[in-house]
Formats: sequence, structure tokens, C-alpha cells
Amino acid sequence: RDFNERCAQCSEVNWGLTDGGRFYCRSCHNVTERTREVVNTDFITNSRVQTISKGLRKQEKNDAGCEWYICEGFQLVLKKQAEALEALGVCPQMKDEILCNFWRCYLQKSKQAYCKRPAGETVKALSVCESSTDVDSDPERPSLLHLLSLSESEGDLQTDCSFASSVSKVSDSTSVYSGSVDGSLYLMKNQKEKLRMTMPMTLSFCYMALLWLREPITLSELLRFVVEGHIPYLNVFQHFPEKMKLCGLDLRIFCVESWPVYEEVFNKMHELAAFLDLPRFPDITDSCFLHPDMLCMKYLMEANLPDELHNWTCRVVKKIGIGEVDFLTLMPGNKSTRKVKYDVLAAAVIVVVLKLLFLLDDRYEWLLSEFAEERNKNNTEGGPYFEFKKWYEVVKQSLDVEQKKLDEERAKCLWRCEKPLFYSVKNKSKVLKRRQMVVNLQNQFGKLSGSVQRAEKPNPSSFQLSWSEENTDGSCFHEHSLKGVLQEKCGLLTAMNPDYWLCTVKLCNEKLCGHLAHYREVEFPQSYHFVLGLFSFLLRIQPSYIHDEVCMIEHKLFNKKLYKKLKYNTVLRK
Amino acid sequence: SSHEHKLNFRKSKEACLSYIQDALLQKQWKRAAEFLTCYVESLEKDYSREHIGPSEMIWRIGTEILWHHSQSSMKEFNCFMEQMKTLGVKRYLKVCLEHVFHLLCNGQIDEAYQNLSLAESWRFGEQTAIQDKEMKLIEAYRGLLDYYSWSKQKNILLEHSEDGFSDLAVEQEMHSYFRKAAVNLKEIIKIPGVWDVFVKCYVDLLEFYGDHNEARQVLNEYAYNSKFPANPNAHVYLYQFLKRQGESKKSLISALKILHDIVPSHELMIDFNTMLQKSKKRKKRRLGLEVIFAALDYAGWKENAKAWSCLARQVKQIVTSEKHLDWIKQEWNSRKDWWPAFHFSRYLAKRNWQENRSLSYEKALVAGILLGKDCKYFKYVSHQGCKAQLKRFRMLKKFVNRHNPVYLRISG
Repeated sequence: RDFNERCAQCSEVNWGLTDGGRFYCRSCHNVTERTREVVNTDFITNSRVQTISKGLRKQEKNDAGCEWYICEGFQLVLKKQAEALEALGVCPQMKDEILCNFWRCYLQKSKQAYCKRPAGETVKALSVCESSTDVDSDPERPSLLHLLSLSESEGDLQTDCSFASSVSKVSDSTSVYSGSVDGSLYLMKNQKEKLRMTMPMTLSFCYMALLWLREPITLSELLRFVVEGHIPYLNVFQHFPEKMKLCGLDLRIFCVESWPVYEEVFNKMHELAAFLDLPRFPDITDSCFLHPDMLCMKYLMEANLPDELHNWTCRVVKKIGIGEVDFLTLMPGNKSTRKVKYDVLAAAVIVVVLKLLFLLDDRYEWLLSEFAEERNKNNTEGGPYFEFKKWYEVVKQSLDVEQKKLDEERAKCLWRCEKPLFYSVKNKSKVLKRRQMVVNLQNQFGKLSGSVQRAEKPNPSSFQLSWSEENTDGSCFHEHSLKGVLQEKCGLLTAMNPDYWLCTVKLCNEKLCGHLAHYREVEFPQSYHFVLGLFSFLLRIQPSYIHDEVCMIEHKLFNKKLYKKLKYNTVLRK
Repeated sequence: SSHEHKLNFRKSKEACLSYIQDALLQKQWKRAAEFLTCYVESLEKDYSREHIGPSEMIWRIGTEILWHHSQSSMKEFNCFMEQMKTLGVKRYLKVCLEHVFHLLCNGQIDEAYQNLSLAESWRFGEQTAIQDKEMKLIEAYRGLLDYYSWSKQKNILLEHSEDGFSDLAVEQEMHSYFRKAAVNLKEIIKIPGVWDVFVKCYVDLLEFYGDHNEARQVLNEYAYNSKFPANPNAHVYLYQFLKRQGESKKSLISALKILHDIVPSHELMIDFNTMLQKSKKRKKRRLGLEVIFAALDYAGWKENAKAWSCLARQVKQIVTSEKHLDWIKQEWNSRKDWWPAFHFSRYLAKRNWQENRSLSYEKALVAGILLGKDCKYFKYVSHQGCKAQLKRFRMLKKFVNRHNPVYLRISG
């Protein structure tokens, strides 16, 4: 990137990087001898990092690979992810400036780079996929089992236990395998204070950068793109250069065997923002995509609900103040304000509005629907009234189809890739043989799968369900009118429904039990469960998280009524 | 399960397996193959703690799919099986054996034989001892195929001898197959188990070469050794052997006794009853009555004219002699509540008369004695028979009328 010399052959300045870390001219494919490390001198402000570059230059001729640090691996991962996001339409600023700077800041704060080597910390250059015999005498070397038990289990612990047991058969104080220099160190130290880097955290970084730039991608969308394969996550280590050998404990760090969870990525992001001492994020105003008014519009469309409902969502948003800039904008380190999940919040607002207008007690909404149906039958002019029943049937049908597809996709998910993973050189040949067998079997049975070949991953799209107004079968409800459920009072449109039921009377202490309320399907009306389920599918999160937000909104909305008593008490005390 | 958002490797493979299972149950081979393709990467994970690991799953599922899928060939199947053999050394012999079964089902006897021979020569440290049972089976099946070859040679020999010329080469081959087969078959039947096919073949060999003692011993062991699981066929084979040997009725009867205990509805019960009826010993005749009544308790025997004729004969004999009427009473006691509806309804009377006159005749006799001349069955059949002017029915009517008091004594 920063290499600005002209190409010797064609005089162009159009450089790319080979796998070997050398620059090559994209116009004429001339490969230079200049390597990246030598050029980016501004990168090297750390003696440790200088050691890396020296090591790299020395070892390039050696097939066994080079010394590399875990953070370098993560840096590559982030780079790949940022590139993917750019391909999806995110502005290039994200990759070149924001994410880069966040990362550098992180490296600095966690003392992995850009700082003086912390006193007392010696980096033991651990063996690179070789068995070393002089290791046995070192009493400080942690046992393999110890290391594995300390690390948070992301993947399948059983694999590790068997691996541990197989390695420990070799000798008591085993040598620790990792391709990277500091793999074992990474897993060993109690990194709680320093916020150790993990694969899910790479997504936290991405999300943080996206939020900073106020890009129109919500966290749930980001995670969905990851699962759909548009953003590298699973097996991203495939793209590491050849010389960065991955083995042993590196696999614990870079190989994921589960999809990232919304909560985890979300919480980590906030931790990270605080850790990096970031200032207040750029304002989320009502023209931003992440503002509830905007997101509500999107979700209403996707949920095939009438556009008219948008007025109501805006009213609710305004009434409880969740559209305010100060509420929406992230202020890192501020523990008093509740962290905003923009997508979940918007979905919850819609749920509350549906409750306001339709009650959703498994009776009233169907009654209203019957009236609307009657009216629609007898009076075809002036556009149809919204019928809950029809909407339910249409949406449920589509939802079921999509859910079924999703379930099958999940079952067909392929977790492994071509690049072989092995814990040590000893089981390399076994791993390769297994891989070969897997490939053979896949070919054999793949042919028998008939014409159903694994389709190319679907094009990334922001909308998972789409409804066209051109359909004459009336399956699109966007234009439908809410007249059937509204009435005019004192010049204002209000809901005909006079009642409302609260999801919960008392909110839990989120810090203690992790939720504001506890959602159990049997305790709530089926219609409510259906609506939660719809948004749960769209956002790919558990219904209980949406339920939490709904409770929060309700308590803000009915604040006065709920805390009437409390108010009197405080008045008396004054 | 549709809302399980935390998806990891294990859960996704579990889900995959359940899709495979559904597809297999619905015989959707293409779909099963599709999901199996996604499942196979489980081989790259360690499942040493699971009860059934992915390699075994893939072996079994893959076998099913390849066996039934329309586009799969025997060649592909064999290739797959070879791969599976390399997958799990602990299962090696089992896989070999199942492969052989499939080859036999497909009529590829020679290939099956080759595989068996190959498997027999397999050695793998302590695994060889652990998989001893499977090895015995493999040897036994090779013995079976040797028997099959022996049998072919024997037939050729017989043909040639009929044509008038002897064939030494064929004879020698036949003998050598015999030796090979005998060795292995003998071994397997020593182990407690159900070895019907092996026993039959072995006995066949022994009989051919005239070693009747050995044959008898083998069959006795197979039938009476308590270590072996209770097996009706063992007794059938023994009985058939004894019959072939021309043994006395006494030993034949004792051979069938246990069969009656285990399977009262066995088809040999007719032979059994026939022998017992004719016996001079009272106990045996008594047993005969018990046997035939017990057999007719089963729905499968309802329309068996032969069985009814046995019962009718014995009942007639007892009634005529006026001795041992209490036997009939005893047998009838536990049956009088349900046999009338089961065997002697008016509907059955009509049907039996229409479909099988002999059957209705025999049944009518029994019904007439057991239920009296006024019972539905007897009345209808005898009426029909007399109307049709069939002599034996008239005789029947006379007989039952004459012995009607018997009924009163039985039912009282």
C-alpha cells in the first residue's frame, strides 16, 4: 500500500502482495525482491516487531516457515474481513483508516506492539512444530493439559482432550506445539485485564468500526453475512501466507467451530471500546440508518406490515425518547446507560406497536381481523383494510419455508476446508490421509446427490423476506390501511384497542441475571410468540432478547402508570 | 430446534444426522446422499467419547445408500467398502463380513469367497484376538461356501455316474471341499449360538460320508445343550435326521416333545399327534390330544383340514370307546369359552361348507361332540351335507346323535 516506487519493468505504481510477502506489479506481474516488512518502517516502532521482520527475512528461504505472532494472524483476519465489507459496499475508509487505527490502538494498549517491551516479560521462542528434547528440564513450562483447560472453550474440548492425551503419551513434560511464537503464551496468561483477542472479537472490531462510520449494517446483519459466507470467519486462516505455519495451539485460537453469538460480539465490542479509551462515537441522528425510525421502516417492510404503522413506531420512539441523539450514540465506558442494540430495539418497537393496536391476546386481534374481513368483502373501493388473519397466514407460510431452508442449511454447513490442520507433525500424515478420505467420500456421495449440487452462496442481500406489491394475490400488505383498527378522538387517531398487557410488571436486574425478563413461550399468547418468532428469524437471535427490549420499552412507555405510587412516596418524603 | 441460534460443529452434525435418518426412513436415497456428503467431514474430528463414532455411522449409512441408490453400481459399492475397511481397525472384520453378505446377495459368490479368504489371513496385533468372534464367523462362512462348492461337485458327479462314467478329478475336488468345509463348520457350531444353516450343511456332509454318529452327536448338542439358545429348528433338524435314519417312534416322539413345548403351533405337530395317537401308551395318547388341541388354538391352523381330521379321529376314537372322556373334558374346559366363537360360528360354518367340504366335515364332527347336536355349526353343516345327499354326512349325523349324551357329560 505504502510502496510508491515505480515498477522497474513497466513504470506503473500498482502494487500487490504475493503470498511470500513480496511486492509484485499488478500491471506486468513483475515480482520484486522488496518485502513488506522492509518498506513499512513506520509500522516498526517496537523492538519486538523488529525481531519479527528480521526473523522473517532470515527464514524465508527455510521451508519450515517463519516466526510469527498471534496478533499478526489476527491482523490478517481483520484485513480480510475489512476487504469483504468493502466489497459489500462499505466505504474504504473503514479498512484503511478506522479499523486500522482501532487495531493499532488495541495492540498498543494490550502491549503487544507499539510500545516498549514490558519489563519482566520474556518471550520464550517456543519450538515451531519440532519436538525439542531440551524442553523437559524446564520446570516453568506449562503442561499442555493445563493450557488447554485455561483457555475458554470455543470449539470442541473433546478434541483437545484426546489430543492432549495423545501427546502426553509421548512424555510427561511435553513440548508445547504451536506454529506461532507466542501461541501457548497467548492461551496461558490470564488475559482478562488485557482483553485477549479471539475470533469473535474480530467481528467486534468490525462492528465497532462500522458503528463509528455509521454504516447501514446492523450487528445482526453483519453476523448473518458471516454465516452466509460473505465475510471471512470460518477457516479464514486459509488465507494466511504459506510461511505462516499454523499448528498446535494456534488452532485453538484461529479455528472456530461455532458461529458467533450476537450477545458475545456485542458485549465484547463495548468492552473493547472502553478498553481503547475511545471518545464518544459520532452522533446517531434521525437521518442515520441505525436510528429506530429508519430501522423500523426497514423491518416493517420486511415483515410485510402496513406502511401506516410507521407513524406509530415514530410516535412510540418519540414518546420514550429512544430517538434522542444522546440515547443512541455510544459513549464508551459509560456504565450507567444501557447499551443500545439498534436492530433489536427497532424490532421491539414494532412489537409494542402491534400490541398497542392489536392487543395480541389471541382474541382481540382475530376479532379485529374479522371486522376488517367483512368490510373488505363488502367494500372494495378505497383500498383494503389490514386483516391480521390474512397477514398471519401469508407471513407464516413464507416464514416456515425460509426457516426450513435455514435449518437445512445449518445441517449442511461445512466446517472444514482444504487447508489441513494438525496439532503436531506427528499426526500430520494421519490428518492428511483423513482429509483425503473425506474428499473421496464427498465426491462419491456428492455424485449420488442428484442434480442437487451445493449452490453458490446466495448473493448478499439486506432483505431476507421480500414482498412485491405487484402480486395480485394480495400477499403484500404494505399499502393496506389501518383504518379498521383506528378511531378518531379529539382530532387525533388513536387505537380502537383500549387495553394493553405488560410483558412483565417488574423488570429484573440485568446485571445480576443477564436479562430484564425471562421469556417462556407457554406463558404468553401465541400471537405474541409468533411476532417474536418472526423477528427472531430476521435478526437471527433468540426471541428472549427481543422480549427484553419489549419489556424495557413498555416500562418506559407506561412509566407514569407504573410508578404512580412511587411518585407519591417521594413527594411525601420531600 | 429452529430457534437454536448458537450453532456449533457438533450441533450442526447432529442435525445433519437426523436429516439423513429421515431421508433413509423415507427411502429418499438422493437426499440422504446429499446430507451424508456434508456429514463426512466429521471424520476429521475426534469422537472417541461417543458411543457410535462418525466412521461407523458413515459406514452403515453409506452402505444403505449405495445398496439402494439407483445410480450406484456394485463397483462403487465395493470401492466404498474397501475404504471403510481402512477406516476403523476395530471394525475391520465386521466390515469384511458385511461386505461379503452384500456380495452374496448380489450373487457374486466368487468375490465373496475371495474376500473371506483375504479376511481370514488378516492379522493385526492384539486386534486379532479381540475380534476372534468375527474371525470365527468369517471362517464359518468360508466353510459354507466350500460346502456350496462341494455340493456342486457332488451334483456333477452324480450326473456323470448316471451317464455311466466316473470322474476322478471331480471326485477329488469334491473331497477336498468337504475337508475344508467340515473343518470350519465344525468349529463354529461348537460356540453357543444360532447356526441353523451351518448345522444343516455340516450334517448333510456327515450323512453323505456316512458318519451318522457324528451327525447325531452334533444335532443332539445343538438341540439339547442348555448353553445354546432355545431354537425350535434344532429340534426339527434332529427329528428329520432321526426319521431319515429310521429310528424308532419312541425316539422320534422324544425329539418332538420339546418342539411342542416351545412352538405348539409348529407344523410338525400333525406328525407328532399322529404318532402319539397310535401309541400303546396311555400317557402318549393323552399327550397327543393335548398337542392337537394346542395347535388348533392358533389362528393359522383354523382352516387346516388335516389338523382337524387328526382331532376328529382322536375324539371319535375316544367317544366310541367311551374311555377317557375326562381327557376331552379337561382339554375342553379351558377352551369352551372361546372356541365356539373362534371355530364354530355360523358364519364359519357357511364359509367352511362353501370352501372346503372336508374341513367342514371334520369340524362338524368335533363341534357335534363338544357342543352337542344342536350347536350352530353342526346343525348347519350336517343339514347341508344331508341335503346334498352325501353319505358321510348322514353317517356323521347319526354318530353325533347317538353320542349326544357325551356332550352333556363333557360340558357339565
